[in-house]
Amino acid sequence: MLKILKYSFYDLMRSRWSYVYFAFYLLLGVVLLFLNNDLSKAVITLMNVIIVLVPLIGTIFGVMYYYNSREFTELLLAQPLKRSSIFLGQYLGVALSLSMSLILGLGIPFVFYGLFQSSAIWDFSLLLITGTFLTLIFTALAFNIALSNENKIKGFGYAILLWLLLAVIYDGLFLMSLIMFEDYPLDKVSLVGTMLNPIDLSRTLILLKLDISALLGYTGAVFKEFFGTNFGLIISFIMLTAWVILPVFRIVFKSKRKDF
Amino acid sequence: MNKLFVFLAVIFLAQTNYAQNIEVCNTCTVSTLKDAIAQAKDFDTITVKKGTYKEHNVIVDKPLTIIGEDYPVIDGEFKGEIITVISDNVTVDGLFIINVGNSYTTDYAAIRVRNSKDFLIQNLVLEKLFFGIYIEKSRDGKVFHNKIIGDAVEEYNSGNGIQLWYSKNVEIEHNFIQHVRDGIYLEFSDFCTIKNNVSSLNVRYGLHFMFSNDDIYQDNEFSDNGAGVAVMFSKRIKMYDNIFKENWGTASYGVLLKEINDAEITGNIFEENTIGINIEGSNRIIYKNNDFISNGWAIKVRGACYTNSFLENNFLYNSFDIAYNSKVNDNVFDRNYWSNYTGYDLDKNGIGDVPYRPVKLFSYIVNRTPETIILLRSLFIDIIDFSEKVSPVFTPDNLMDNNPKMKKIAW
Amino acid sequence: MVSIQNLHKKFGKNQVLKGVDLNINEGGIFAVLGPNGSGKTTLIKSVLGMVIPDKGNIEVLGNNIKKSSDYRHKIDYLPQIANFPSNLKVKELIKMIKDLRKPTNEETRLINLFKLEPFLDKKLGNLSGGTKQKVNIVLTFMFDSPLVILDEPTTGLDPISLIRLKDLIQAEKAKGKTILITSHIMSFVEEVSDEIVFILEGQIYFKGTIQDLKTKTKQPDFEHAIASILTENHA
Repeated sequence: MLKILKYSFYDLMRSRWSYVYFAFYLLLGVVLLFLNNDLSKAVITLMNVIIVLVPLIGTIFGVMYYYNSREFTELLLAQPLKRSSIFLGQYLGVALSLSMSLILGLGIPFVFYGLFQSSAIWDFSLLLITGTFLTLIFTALAFNIALSNENKIKGFGYAILLWLLLAVIYDGLFLMSLIMFEDYPLDKVSLVGTMLNPIDLSRTLILLKLDISALLGYTGAVFKEFFGTNFGLIISFIMLTAWVILPVFRIVFKSKRKDF
Repeated sequence: MNKLFVFLAVIFLAQTNYAQNIEVCNTCTVSTLKDAIAQAKDFDTITVKKGTYKEHNVIVDKPLTIIGEDYPVIDGEFKGEIITVISDNVTVDGLFIINVGNSYTTDYAAIRVRNSKDFLIQNLVLEKLFFGIYIEKSRDGKVFHNKIIGDAVEEYNSGNGIQLWYSKNVEIEHNFIQHVRDGIYLEFSDFCTIKNNVSSLNVRYGLHFMFSNDDIYQDNEFSDNGAGVAVMFSKRIKMYDNIFKENWGTASYGVLLKEINDAEITGNIFEENTIGINIEGSNRIIYKNNDFISNGWAIKVRGACYTNSFLENNFLYNSFDIAYNSKVNDNVFDRNYWSNYTGYDLDKNGIGDVPYRPVKLFSYIVNRTPETIILLRSLFIDIIDFSEKVSPVFTPDNLMDNNPKMKKIAW
Repeated sequence: MVSIQNLHKKFGKNQVLKGVDLNINEGGIFAVLGPNGSGKTTLIKSVLGMVIPDKGNIEVLGNNIKKSSDYRHKIDYLPQIANFPSNLKVKELIKMIKDLRKPTNEETRLINLFKLEPFLDKKLGNLSGGTKQKVNIVLTFMFDSPLVILDEPTTGLDPISLIRLKDLIQAEKAKGKTILITSHIMSFVEEVSDEIVFILEGQIYFKGTIQDLKTKTKQPDFEHAIASILTENHA
């Protein structure tokens, strides 16, 4: 698997898309910092960007890589290699190269700006960790979609739909149901609803850092327990890990049963 | 002129010649504070040497200066009030007073000043207390540089650090107060100055004002208090350069303003409070040059607030800048800096070319269904906030800052 | 060498293999024949584990292929369509495959044989179909495995390369290897194969030598024999 990871990674590092992605984040970091001159504000803007864009790019890029590397996959399948290692290797290759573009692209301008002397370093690290998690999750979901759909167009369609669903529609429905059932105690429901969507989950993690003052304004005991202690942070990380592991398991499962 | 000089000289000589110094120590002939006061004449000085004195109900009924050397301990053994001053011109300095009696019917204090003028309470350390320094119907005094550390856990069985009741013209400066019910409490007390105090970790309010007018508080720090600072039913209060920090909780504010008129709030820093300022029924207040940093809600307006002006403040990284619960707005927001502002400044005059609307639709939704707070910063919320910004339906449509600054304001 | 029992495979509604039983002994060249869509490639891919059978059993060198994928180290496989990552150079591809499988020095001889030296530094995307096929052949034959499976090996090859391929196959046979070939070129099959396996509508229709086939169909030559099977069954 490591060898395949190596070649996938190597392959991606040579494709211009990783550079585009890297350059995009680099530019974003530079523009936010040097035009704005305000680290805290830059971190907040970045959070909005990461929560929305990282999943989008993760899904699109994952699906695109899968379909584009069919030849490579076929070549590998002709070799005496384990199915699971072929696909896990490719998955990790994509996910890691995307994460690296993200971390380096944003990290470099921030380090140059003097992040290490700043109190925003924890917020920023959390941001990068969350971004990496989102990349891992959404690339895995993208591979799942691609593995289940031979048709490229369909695959892309589902990928965009998935993103739209989790990034926007889910929250809309969530908001509507909260307002509709506002007469009932909702704090548990709303926390569970958040756990079930990786984008919301990462958002919550960042809220814990940036908006703790506002979150503690709510009366619910469960909320208090969740946001007021490390409990929320721990649960969120566990759930994010679960969100990585489950789709990866499905990649292994699906790839073992697929005909080529 | 000569006559006056002679008169002053006589007074001065009388002071030095006749004012005596009485020493109190565990092995001295005078071994209790009570005896010392009984023996003392007016304007004498009582020096209390290092040691522990188990005394309570010490009544200071003549103008005396009581000075502790190396912080002698006055232990009230939880039997009631410890020192009560009922005479004018009393100075109490440098004592370590502990173990005030607790009661549900009487407000026992470590030291109480009643019906007196020109008092000076300074350099005291108070621990294990019920009420700390209680100024009652007194005037023209000073409470200076005391340290009050309580162990209050609940509101109903704890007392306040420094309490003023029907008092006038008292200066409260450089005190350090923690773990009591209200750090500083003023009721019916006018023309007082509260300066350079630190009041934190108190069960209820760091500072509490009721029916007190024309007071100034300046350069104080209030942090981590159960409910922040409350200023209620008072007029012409001036709040300058204070710091309000980390007052977290459901009903917790940097400042709670209720029925306040004609106040001035200038140069304060509100940082990481659940609500920076909560305003109810307050009119003609000027908010100028304040920093609102990383609060849940920088300002929450709960209605019946008219002709307030918010000028040249910095609103930095608050989850919500302003929350309003009505559609009517009679307050002015002008020339503030809003870190959430996304407009542009094409003519480069330092003022954004499009007005800023500080009230978001989402704050309205959260007000209605608090659980929705969990959706803060979601893309969906950004979208509906944007549409509300374009055509306001739920939020006051004239509530905007027409001259939002492009850069943080320095003063 | 390879033993297949009751193999079934369905793609969607299309039942491709309907109970294939096949035994291939060690040594010799076996040609798998059949009309388009008869299931040749599916059969071969099942042996390679690339297609998962619905039903049935496959053993390669005495190992059930479901249990472990290790048996594939003993197979050299030439895929039908040579799809390679297009931004890789020929040299890099060979190096990579060696890295993935095992070290070998055979490739120099094979590169020499097919005159691929001028292409080593070219990207695979820029090669012609024939050259790609040659690279494909090099990749397959550079490992010395007891079972060789060739899916349409002649595609796109010029006559000289075809002769070299035939020599190569004969040489491998001489080493005692088992070689499985599918091809549409009947003359090629007739020339190289010892035994043929004919698949029709998802089942083994015939297995034996070419001579047996001619006798069975009463046709004088191989091509006609094949044609007669097809016409008989479709008539």
